[in-house]
Amino acid sequence: MTEPLWRLTAGEIARRVAARQHSAEEVTRAHLDRLAAVEPRVDAFLQVLADRALGKARDLDAALAAGRPAPPLAGVPLAVKDVLDMEGLPTTCGSRILEDYRPPFTATAVARLEDAGAIVVGKTNMDEFAMGSSTENSAYKKTKNPWDPTRVPGGSSGGSAAAVAAGMACLALGTDTGGSIRQPASLCGVVGLKPTYGRVSRYGLVAFASSLDQVGPLARSVEDVARVASLLCGPDPCDATSADRPVPDFVQGLAAGAEGLRVGVPWTFLEQGVEPGVLSSFREALRVLEGAGARVVDVSLPHLPHAIATYYIVATAEASSNLARYDGVRYGLRTPAPDLGKMYGESRDHGFGPEVKRRIILGTFVLSSGYYDAYYLRAQKVRTLIRRDFEQAFENCDVVATPTTPSPAFRFGEKTEDPLQMYLADIFTVPANLAGVPGLSLPCGRAADLPVGLQLLGRSFDEATLLRAGHAYEQASPHHRLAPPL
Amino acid sequence: MPRATVETVDHVAKLAHLSLSGEERLLFARQLDQILSYAESIQAIDTAGVEPMSHALTSGGFREDTPRECLPRESVLAAAPDPADGLFRVPRVLGG
Repeated sequence: MTEPLWRLTAGEIARRVAARQHSAEEVTRAHLDRLAAVEPRVDAFLQVLADRALGKARDLDAALAAGRPAPPLAGVPLAVKDVLDMEGLPTTCGSRILEDYRPPFTATAVARLEDAGAIVVGKTNMDEFAMGSSTENSAYKKTKNPWDPTRVPGGSSGGSAAAVAAGMACLALGTDTGGSIRQPASLCGVVGLKPTYGRVSRYGLVAFASSLDQVGPLARSVEDVARVASLLCGPDPCDATSADRPVPDFVQGLAAGAEGLRVGVPWTFLEQGVEPGVLSSFREALRVLEGAGARVVDVSLPHLPHAIATYYIVATAEASSNLARYDGVRYGLRTPAPDLGKMYGESRDHGFGPEVKRRIILGTFVLSSGYYDAYYLRAQKVRTLIRRDFEQAFENCDVVATPTTPSPAFRFGEKTEDPLQMYLADIFTVPANLAGVPGLSLPCGRAADLPVGLQLLGRSFDEATLLRAGHAYEQASPHHRLAPPL
Repeated sequence: MPRATVETVDHVAKLAHLSLSGEERLLFARQLDQILSYAESIQAIDTAGVEPMSHALTSGGFREDTPRECLPRESVLAAAPDPADGLFRVPRVLGG
């Protein structure tokens, strides 16, 4: 049986479109048809750009027919998290406060992939302002996990992960401030990469926590993630924090395999709170990596038990400052009021949902006079200690491995009443953002019929090693090829 | 003694220009207290001599300060709730 077009990898689609075996329009239609069939059960998108996508696909087909060289992602359908700007199209960030906002520019990450021939099929659902781990904080809809519609897809890039898992897009862009690419990738059974801080331009990304936010790809294989990463990474004059470092051809680097890699496992840190089904998949994944020539070693990251507290102080402090811009003056919702102060307060009260307000309250508190030193400054110092932990660990290993999440996808409403429980589920993902190091999540098994993710963390600017190890794992494992029963 | 009360939330909400409902004030006071209690663990860590880390990049750079086109005024104002005469209009600030 031939595989439907919506099951193909980005590499295969680009190859076939370049060879004129399929037109970009044909590939786009196949994905839009798939989207029309399954989206009512998944609700991954806030906006479907069918006409725009078909127009772009036809433009590409015309260019190829005229003899122009095929770009590297020719005709590959892409979903974009609705936190990344696309000129003239609504960018809501999952928030009422930006319901009618149409940015006058396009995010560099989106522009780079469109320039590479990718076809944007739509903008995906997310937790409001990327604050959440289940996409339940979207002001618009609840995205369902394609593996089980009674469960969350993870978050905050839940729409992007679900779209890729369900075959509505071949690739997706997400953003990761504390795990928002890796955690939904894990819960939806796809691959997600958070690049090193500074690797990918944040121009046109609506800011949550500027020292932690990073844009990255989601796909159904490590190879596809590597393909996109090579195009996404690199300096951008519009983002002063984008690093001017050489970007290797990550796909070419995959062939090196896992032979001789030292995989560090912080066993002491994993002892508590990991569900048995997740832990056994994780142990099995380590055996697969050993079979591929890697060596598993014990590493110590002594400050990681403090990562959640540190993260939720640093991230909310930055968020409270970043979100001060939503005041009903320059863009977004305005609630009419007789004076300026009331207009600010009312607009923000009406425009923001509960989680965003909670984080603004917490973030403003930890920065406020009398508490700054005890909370914010102290958290910044612990952040230094966490970064040092990683530097020391990477003296004895090449990648650090953990489960991506302590448990598989949870049910709707299971953690919404208790924000702290929701935060604690981010325990394995937030350390990478605090330290600035890259992280990859890939499917590594099943627990109670739900996908489990393996997380690999690497040295700063060494995505290549993560991708090599992940690819070597995939060569010996079937998990990334499983499709949800939709 | 609780680490956060309704008074704390009221004070902070005022700093953040956030009007909250009565229910939200009570809920956030309870949750803020709970989260701060959890975060108490970092108070015990020895951070003597440790530099605070404000950013993940150790080296940053500045580009050349070269003038270039900026966004056209109309396209920026198009996103504003109440533009007028090429400016952002806001409700009365002083007097009344």
